[in-house]
Amino acid sequence: MIAWTIYLTFAGAILLLFLPRALTRWVALLTAASGFVIAFAAFFFRDGDFGHFTTIVRVPWVPALGMEYHLAADGISLTMALVTGLTAVCAVLFSWRVEERPNEFFFWLLLVVGGSYGVFLSADLFLFFVFYELVIVPKYFLIAIWGSTNKEYGAMKLTLYSFLGGALVFIAILAAYTTAGSLDLQQLARFQFPAPLQHWAFPVLFLGFAILAGIWPLHTWAPTGHVAAPTAGSMLLAGIVMKLGAYGALRVAMNLFPLGFAEWSKWIAVLAVIGIVWAAAVALRQNDLKFVIGYSSVSHMGFVLLGLAAANSLGVSGAVLQMFSHGVIGALLFALAGVIYYRTHTRNLNDLATLGLSRTMPFVAFAFVVASAASLGIPGFSGFAAEITILLGVWKVFPVVVAITGVGMVLVAAFTLRAMRKTFFSDAARLTTTVAVTPPITFAEKSGASLLLLATLGVGLDPKLLLDRIQPAVEAMRFLQP
Amino acid sequence: MNYLELVRLALPEIILTVSALAVLAIGLVNNRVPGFCSGLAAAGLLFAAAAVLQLPPQAVLSQGMLVVSPLNSLFQIVCLALAFFTVIVARPERLANSGEYLALVLLATVGLLLLIGSEELLMIFIGLELTGLSLYVLTAFDRTNQQSAEAGLKYFLFGSVASAFTLFGISLLYGLTKTTTLSAIGPQLAGHPLPPLLLVGIIMTLFGFAFKVAAAPFHLWAPDTYQGAPVSAAAFIASGSKVASFVVLAKILRTALHEVPGSAAWHALAGGWSPVLAALAALSIIVGNFTALAQRNVRRLLAYSAVAHAGYTLLGLIAHSTEGFSATLFYTTIYGLTLVGAFGVVAFVRRENGGDDLADFAGLSQRSPLLAGCMAIFILSLAGLPPLAGFFGKFYLFSAAFRAAPDQGLLWLVALALFGSLISLYYYLIILKAIFLDDSNTSGFAFRPDFLQRITLTVFAGAVLFLGVAPEALVNRILACLV
Repeated sequence: MIAWTIYLTFAGAILLLFLPRALTRWVALLTAASGFVIAFAAFFFRDGDFGHFTTIVRVPWVPALGMEYHLAADGISLTMALVTGLTAVCAVLFSWRVEERPNEFFFWLLLVVGGSYGVFLSADLFLFFVFYELVIVPKYFLIAIWGSTNKEYGAMKLTLYSFLGGALVFIAILAAYTTAGSLDLQQLARFQFPAPLQHWAFPVLFLGFAILAGIWPLHTWAPTGHVAAPTAGSMLLAGIVMKLGAYGALRVAMNLFPLGFAEWSKWIAVLAVIGIVWAAAVALRQNDLKFVIGYSSVSHMGFVLLGLAAANSLGVSGAVLQMFSHGVIGALLFALAGVIYYRTHTRNLNDLATLGLSRTMPFVAFAFVVASAASLGIPGFSGFAAEITILLGVWKVFPVVVAITGVGMVLVAAFTLRAMRKTFFSDAARLTTTVAVTPPITFAEKSGASLLLLATLGVGLDPKLLLDRIQPAVEAMRFLQP
Repeated sequence: MNYLELVRLALPEIILTVSALAVLAIGLVNNRVPGFCSGLAAAGLLFAAAAVLQLPPQAVLSQGMLVVSPLNSLFQIVCLALAFFTVIVARPERLANSGEYLALVLLATVGLLLLIGSEELLMIFIGLELTGLSLYVLTAFDRTNQQSAEAGLKYFLFGSVASAFTLFGISLLYGLTKTTTLSAIGPQLAGHPLPPLLLVGIIMTLFGFAFKVAAAPFHLWAPDTYQGAPVSAAAFIASGSKVASFVVLAKILRTALHEVPGSAAWHALAGGWSPVLAALAALSIIVGNFTALAQRNVRRLLAYSAVAHAGYTLLGLIAHSTEGFSATLFYTTIYGLTLVGAFGVVAFVRRENGGDDLADFAGLSQRSPLLAGCMAIFILSLAGLPPLAGFFGKFYLFSAAFRAAPDQGLLWLVALALFGSLISLYYYLIILKAIFLDDSNTSGFAFRPDFLQRITLTVFAGAVLFLGVAPEALVNRILACLV
């Protein structure tokens, strides 16, 4: 059932190339929505256990090389499929006004979405890598054609960084494949790789994935790429693409090479915590609203990596929860930034400060305040639930790191509040007369924002909804420290 | 030797020769029927392909001078298909004396068939020369274009020097083993330490092939030839000639020199042919990719990228395993398909815009979505992105190389190749950027490729996609031939 998310999305993407312009956005919405509904149904109404990576489809593909078309799902991959579907629907809703070459736009967008479903559901290393690399080029076109500020530079940088990550992953995949003689993830997850191999292959593999997750110091593609991307592109990047890296690190790197992971986990924690503090500090100095959100993405993804480095059930479950949570919140913040930019044609915080947007765009202001609250970890939102779970997990392993992370959280609060105040509640705005916003906020935008708000609030109020499904899957992984 | 047997086994070559002579004669008598000449040439190629399919599965004539085997037949078909496409691309190029041009294409194809179909050093050399001489003339054929003459001359000078090297190498091999039959050379070399003279002979022979496949530092002819030759000739040089050379090189290494591979693993270097090939491959990947970065002409860019691809393809040979040979043969085939398709698009753009610089591709996606889409498929396959054939090809090659030496001895070469792919992604994206992002600087009228062009380009793009999604269709066939 869940496999249909992949097929429907790709079918919709190809169909879009042949449709008249008027139909495109509806078909795109329909495709994204059906993917979301399937992912939602699979997540909430699936009976059976979430702890095992249960096979859904398994067909030989290239038998001569041991490649299989093999899909499987457990609690982690279903969570990721859920956030993919949600982000996809909202990304389409927030691109309702794309007038320039809409067919191609939604084609590339759905390719990213379909490839991401594929990554999250693959149980064959080669298939996984095919989907993983498939996502790279659509991102380039989305940004380079429909983007804004410095778009060609941002697109190329992002693409080359992704491909660099892919190349590192490729090397380690070859090492695993040629040593174990298999590409089946379930088999590989039971295979005992020799320690010297794990010693060098793990960091290569992990770094390859972590580049896409925005690990410091290879995170610089993320803010540039986010800023250059169109609204839907930023939403996909923050909501889905950065998660591909984190998911790969968890599902492949850590699970295949547990010894290597144990050896290197403290270094991951160090890089993660530097990322959290560094990105937050940089965000504090930015004047472009999207740069602020871009760096906040890097900072929040630092929490994911930190949770993974903890290597215990709480930390890793928290990391998966944070992937979901940041997917929702990051997508929402970028969507709102896009809404503002479309109306005001500026993202400069100082210019926005003179416009008094809280009065002219009350809905956007409300949504932004809630999203900011979720982002800086106010209890009741998903961000809090995720980060507290991560920190509880990390506390058992690296207590010092938790203390440093505290500094980062203060900085996160600082830059979030600064961006919020400057954008909506500036004193400077009182002096100017406000003009009505044209064009008004559309129904599509309102419903997209509401959907995301609902998700972060729902998970925040009842994190067990997700955690109950994530935790068994995490506990089935072999790298866990007792 | 039974002459009837010879005629039966050499029927494809005979058909091609006859049709070449017929095309030539018709072209001489009446210069105003280029369409008829193309049709005749295409028919000749089809009949030759049918004749290849009719050959018995296994046969050997006069100590390997003519060998029929599933492997040879498979790649003869591939070369005939590539030649067929060359004829189709050549049709709208409107060259003067198209009869002679097509006859030369057919003669070059005969050379390729002989090259693939013989397992004897002298016949291989004759095949190389027959192909080479035809291609030199084809390169210089466009008399309205000064670059074409320059390219032809360069190709000829480099080519003849390389042939001299090869012949010298072959003579040394013959002197040391007293035979020119590939299968007889192998046992002669077994069990001895590698004599230095043999190493010289091997290196000399390899240099000739390195020239043919445009591996650095023997690639200097390639950029000028790819850019200056008529587009169809360039496509044929880049695809057919390269495929055949790799097939023959693989057979020489596999049947004649398998006893003296040496080792290119970084911790266990040993003398033999694989360190030589490894050096050529590494140099090709670096030189090809870095030089391609600076190009503004698409054909020149494709030439430098071809150098890099020659480097990747050599990886499978260096691996020196059945898997590696199969990977090399797979990769060179799909590379030939991809490049010939890309040259088809280039030919079209050149005809409409009068040039093939990056600027001439600007806005192609608006003027012809079909051409742009096909070009995107070809370029992304060259870049090695899924779900296209190039991705699987690279995975196959690199996994074979990775597996070959103990303790990941060839890791350095694989890492270098991946680094090269990363660089190549940049310049491939620059082409796609011109096609999909940039606005056309000339008038915005739409391109209208005719029916035949649309069909052939779609077929090639479809093949590249198909071999990426279902590579086992070709892999299994190659593997079955190699056992």
